[in-house]
Amino acid sequence: MGKTKDKSGPLARRPDNSAFKQQRLPAWSPMLTANTVLPFFYLLAVICMLLGVWLLLLVQSTQEIKLDYTDLGNCNECFDLRRNVSNAVQTCSCRVEFSIDKSLKGDVFFYYGLKNFHQNLRRYMDSRDDGQTLGRIKKLKNPSSYCAPFDKDNDGVPIAPCGAIANSMFNDSFTLNYHLSSSRIVPVPLLRTGLTWYTDKNVKFRNPRADNLTLAEVFEGTRPPLYWQKPVYSLDPHDPNNNGFINEDLIVWMREAAFPNFKKLYGILNRADPIFEKGLPKGNYTIDISYNFPVQHFQGRKGVVLTTLTWFGGQNHFLPIAYLVTSSLILLTAVVLTVAWWKFGKDGKNMKE
Amino acid sequence: MFFSEEERYVRANDRPSNLSYNYANNAIRTSKYNIITFLPLNLFEQFRRLANAYFLFLLILQLIPQISSLSWFTTALPLILVLSMTAVKDANDDINRHKSDRQVNNRMVNVLIDGVLKNEKWMNVQVGDIVKLESNQFVTLTHVTHPTILTLLIEPLNLVYVETAELDGETNLKVKQALTLTGEMGDSIEALSAFKGEVRCEPPNNRLDKFKGTLTVNGQNYGLDNDKILLRGCTLRNTEWCFGLVIFGGPDTKLMQNSGKTKFKRTSIDHLMNILVLCIFGFLFTLCFILAIGNAVWEVKEGSVFTVFLPREPGVNAALSSFLSFWSYVIVLNAVVPISLYVSVEVIRLGNSFFINWDRKMYYPKNDTPAQSHSVDFSWNKLADPKFDFHDYNLVETVREGNPEAQAFFRLLALCHTVMPEEKKEGELNYQAQSPDEGALVTAARNFGFVFRSRTPETITIMEMGEKVTYELLAVLDFNNVRKRMSVIVRGPDGKMTLYCKGADTIIYERLDHSCKRLMKVTTGHLNEYAGDGLRTLVLAYKHLKENYMEEWTQRHHEASTALEGREERLDQLYEEIEKDMILLGATAVEDKLQDGVPQTIEQLAKADIKIWVLTGDKQGMSCYILELLYARRKMCPESAEEPSVTKARAGLFWLQKTETVQDEQVEGDYALIINGHSLAFALEKDLELELLRTACMCQTVICCRVTPLQKAQVVELVKKYKQAITLAIGDGANDVSMIKAAHIGVGISGQEGMQAVLSSDFSFAQFRYLQRLLLVHGRWSYLRMCKFLQYFFYKNFTFTFVHFWYAFFCGFSAQTVYDEWFITLYNLVYTSLPILSLGLFDQDVNDRWSFEYPQLYSPGQLNMYFSKKAFVHCMVHSCYCSLVLFFIPWGAIHDTVRDDGRDLADYQSFALLAQTCLLVVVSIQLCIDTYAWTTVNQFFVWGSLFAYLAITFTMYSNGMFLIFTSVFPFIGTVRNSLNQPNVWLTIFLTSLLCVLPVVALRFILIQIRPTINDKVRKTPETEYCLCILRVSTRRSGYAFSHSQGYGALVTSERFLFKRPLKSLLAFSAQTETPRPQLFRPIPE
Repeated sequence: MGKTKDKSGPLARRPDNSAFKQQRLPAWSPMLTANTVLPFFYLLAVICMLLGVWLLLLVQSTQEIKLDYTDLGNCNECFDLRRNVSNAVQTCSCRVEFSIDKSLKGDVFFYYGLKNFHQNLRRYMDSRDDGQTLGRIKKLKNPSSYCAPFDKDNDGVPIAPCGAIANSMFNDSFTLNYHLSSSRIVPVPLLRTGLTWYTDKNVKFRNPRADNLTLAEVFEGTRPPLYWQKPVYSLDPHDPNNNGFINEDLIVWMREAAFPNFKKLYGILNRADPIFEKGLPKGNYTIDISYNFPVQHFQGRKGVVLTTLTWFGGQNHFLPIAYLVTSSLILLTAVVLTVAWWKFGKDGKNMKE
Repeated sequence: MFFSEEERYVRANDRPSNLSYNYANNAIRTSKYNIITFLPLNLFEQFRRLANAYFLFLLILQLIPQISSLSWFTTALPLILVLSMTAVKDANDDINRHKSDRQVNNRMVNVLIDGVLKNEKWMNVQVGDIVKLESNQFVTLTHVTHPTILTLLIEPLNLVYVETAELDGETNLKVKQALTLTGEMGDSIEALSAFKGEVRCEPPNNRLDKFKGTLTVNGQNYGLDNDKILLRGCTLRNTEWCFGLVIFGGPDTKLMQNSGKTKFKRTSIDHLMNILVLCIFGFLFTLCFILAIGNAVWEVKEGSVFTVFLPREPGVNAALSSFLSFWSYVIVLNAVVPISLYVSVEVIRLGNSFFINWDRKMYYPKNDTPAQSHSVDFSWNKLADPKFDFHDYNLVETVREGNPEAQAFFRLLALCHTVMPEEKKEGELNYQAQSPDEGALVTAARNFGFVFRSRTPETITIMEMGEKVTYELLAVLDFNNVRKRMSVIVRGPDGKMTLYCKGADTIIYERLDHSCKRLMKVTTGHLNEYAGDGLRTLVLAYKHLKENYMEEWTQRHHEASTALEGREERLDQLYEEIEKDMILLGATAVEDKLQDGVPQTIEQLAKADIKIWVLTGDKQGMSCYILELLYARRKMCPESAEEPSVTKARAGLFWLQKTETVQDEQVEGDYALIINGHSLAFALEKDLELELLRTACMCQTVICCRVTPLQKAQVVELVKKYKQAITLAIGDGANDVSMIKAAHIGVGISGQEGMQAVLSSDFSFAQFRYLQRLLLVHGRWSYLRMCKFLQYFFYKNFTFTFVHFWYAFFCGFSAQTVYDEWFITLYNLVYTSLPILSLGLFDQDVNDRWSFEYPQLYSPGQLNMYFSKKAFVHCMVHSCYCSLVLFFIPWGAIHDTVRDDGRDLADYQSFALLAQTCLLVVVSIQLCIDTYAWTTVNQFFVWGSLFAYLAITFTMYSNGMFLIFTSVFPFIGTVRNSLNQPNVWLTIFLTSLLCVLPVVALRFILIQIRPTINDKVRKTPETEYCLCILRVSTRRSGYAFSHSQGYGALVTSERFLFKRPLKSLLAFSAQTETPRPQLFRPIPE
């Protein structure tokens, strides 16, 4: 019954004298003393303050123009048109005007934004087939059941790309124009590539590979999603390399937003043009919108955002302000702690038994 | 066999007849499973545990696609891990059982079949067979395990020595005696095979000390009792061979009938944990209910219009959707009731009991006994023989000179006992005694020149002053609890017959001849003196018997001992008849020396606010002695040491005495309750037991003396029942077993009095003083660790889960998780498991020296200050706050932000990564500030876990994993694209600050304003420690002095020698017996 140990002799069963077994491992006990806690709090208050101020300055240095065009100007008509689902095939375009008072310097990023669009619903997020968009031929013709009911159309023809996400892809398109003068309108060149994560463009999304076949031939036997006007292989009429599953608008859309209000990158200002070399100059601008995406179904809004960036991202005041608030809270706490220590703990009376 | 057996009937050498009764054969099976049944049976067993069943239920829910909010693996992986770990352990246990079964079943034995001795396997032995058992004398003492209950037949001397360690844990040799009738057959095979005895006896039962049956040979009836049978599990010692008739086989044997399951003891933390788990369940369902309602509202208001983009599944409307989302959220939020909780608690318990086993300071080198925690491992070793070194040459001289009374005194000691001599080596005589007292008395006689040499059933041989004398043993009137005395009747070489008797004073006094009145008076004085000194006393008496009376008595004795009905009563009557009019010889006193450090231990424990009740079988005098040790400064003296009359006990039952305390201005008054067994019997009656408890609890000290083992258990049960307190019972004797089993925590002291107390205990060690280390150090640590563990565990899981709750308001209550599914799977299993285990296993708020110095540190645990329902609520509030920070800070930081190159950062996957990283960092920091002692081990685990998190996440989000398992790892590239953003790190830093700083600030303020005893001790400068050491050492020397005073003075005094009756005072140098204090208090596991 006894423990089998090799040792023998009178002290055979004596436990080992190791620090571990005797629970005598060298240890450091951090203690909350006034000497450590109070300076620590003051120091953190200062750090947070500095960080907050620095970030605030940084954020202030960016510029941002937001434009809700849901029913702005003559988009109102399109808004009404899209109310009715039966009009989905009709095209509608509208134009919104805005002006920039202070030129946007440096790279300018063009976003479209949606409000109250829940890309983060569980069933919505599940409704995609990464295998298909990875270009797996088998999956192309036989999409995952997760895509249902957007996996096959009524005739049983597979849909590519399948699923609710792809089906609901944002399909407004924008042309930004700069009114150089009252008579001369210059289109602002936007780069429509380079909008996605490198990993998405190169790893996660791939076109089905087939030798000697054009993209259209590869996708033969599939249907575009129900709400799409164009098939996936001709999404970008200008750049044949931006078609199929690797179309950047598709990839951007497929990266579901975490919250119902979000913005997604539409284009980046091409600064090759001498007029826009330094960014967007001040002046009047118009955006021609091909108004397709219906938002009234979900009581949503849509808009565009033009912004410059720093290493800290765009114009988000949350973190700088949060740091400043935290800093003041820590400072307040530190003062309270100091007072408590001064009144109760300093003489160590409480510590005596 | 569906009938219950009422009487067993066995015929020797008649297999066909015995087989017709369908008695169980000798094959045993203790294993639970075989290869085929293992999986289903084991899984069934495991799923009977509520936690496992709950997770199986979750797993089934997850397989319903409409509900499944998480992939099946998030539940399946932990469940499979837990199940397989348990299964492997069970399988291993069962394989061992199979092995031992096979070994036992295949052991060879000689069986007498058809007149020939055949070598057979144990499992083939049938009831009614005659078997031959052998052991090698002296040399190797091979263990021969008897498979069956046997009637003993024969042995060279008709005596068989057995050791019953496997049965009842007692290691001393016992004697079994054959019937003279069967003994005559010897080893003659012919005689044996012709033997046609029939045995009728009781049906199989589990009572080890009782057996009743008759053997019928040729119409003659012979009584069979416990002395005539060998039980399975005994080991044959010092005996060449013996034959036996098999009466019970295999599962019918008393050993197998006794191997019942021990009941699981629960601690108060266990209890609290179960309540909390139920609360959590309620809470979980409330949360899910709220979310389901949210879902219904959302579906009506927004979901119905969003159907353009996300059509509902056929047949699902808002109501059904909300019902489904309820279950979906049950799955998502299940982390509040984590499966790993129970597993972790088991691991921590196991670990902490290993630390007890490993503790060198609870190891007793004198008999090589480490502390044992029996829930884990169970082993014992044979104790070293007690050593007696008492020599008083003056006394030896007196005996030599031929003082007849002195000689009679020691002759009695050498004759009247049941000790077995064992001569392992030539000239080295060892005594195997049932109780250490008996051994001590026989050894004392040896030291005075009356050496007990050997015994046979019919004779006892002693050396009287160097002269060999053989007495014929006519009868042994054995000791039992009712008789409280034992006698032998011997015929000396001169033909005179004498009855020698020793027993409890009151019992013997009632049976003394009137002629010794004067002597009785003197002796009573001495007895009181001894009892006052805490010695255990016996009174010795003798009586000469007449030849013709003895003959007639022997005849009646034989009749009574073969009677089937009322045998014991008849024997008792006979004994009563002969044991009267005896002549007083004297009294003995055995010092019941307390083990080292008993008073300090009790003092320490009293300081720790542990209530101490002493339940002892000894007289009040002894108790008083203990009491004086308990509270040296308090003078306690019960005025009436005599037993109270029954009427008085009925009226008042117990009397309270206000004790004069030195510093009585401090305390209103300290009371002590002393109650004896007689009164206790009344006090424990239904209508009075509450009164007893109330009164007893008002007292500082409660002492119950002269209590029976049953009463001990009753007192413990009483306390358990009416006081919501945790009880700990500590004892060393067989009479403490019931109490040890009844208490929440049973502690056995591996002392002299057999191993029964140890066998039934949860913890055992060699010295009473180790109790303070068990409680004040290990108990305290374990409790603290368990509390910290639970608190932190709930904190981390609540925080984890609440974040989902907040996210629900942003994702349309669709049961979308915040984190990656793999993170959910691995959070409890990998990322946080080792750090929290290291907290539960290694943390120490103060080291062991401090715990010893400040027993007061123990009291917070008794008040459940470390973990209670209140603490649980605090923990929930804390988690709630942290989860708010952990959700809304990342939300604010990220929801309208993009990467530095304009690309997406507010996508779901980046947010999930950010939220889970924040969470893990925050809970890791929280763990660090919860840890009192930062050792390399726990820091390694914390940093290792964080590192493992990064490494695993990188791997899972890598290209390779995505390309191989496309649908399982969709988070490809998220780490690379988001963790390189300063934004993300600034968010992690801010959330950590906001989660951790309030805790630090609050703790700091509490330390300043309301420091706990822990804070004070932790703050105490190291220099005071030296002073404490000094204090301990002075205390110890003081004790040693006061204690040795008792017998030293008596032994050396001249007065002692010339007094009559002659008294022997014996003292053990080795530890002999401990008092059996009963402690109760709420203690932690």
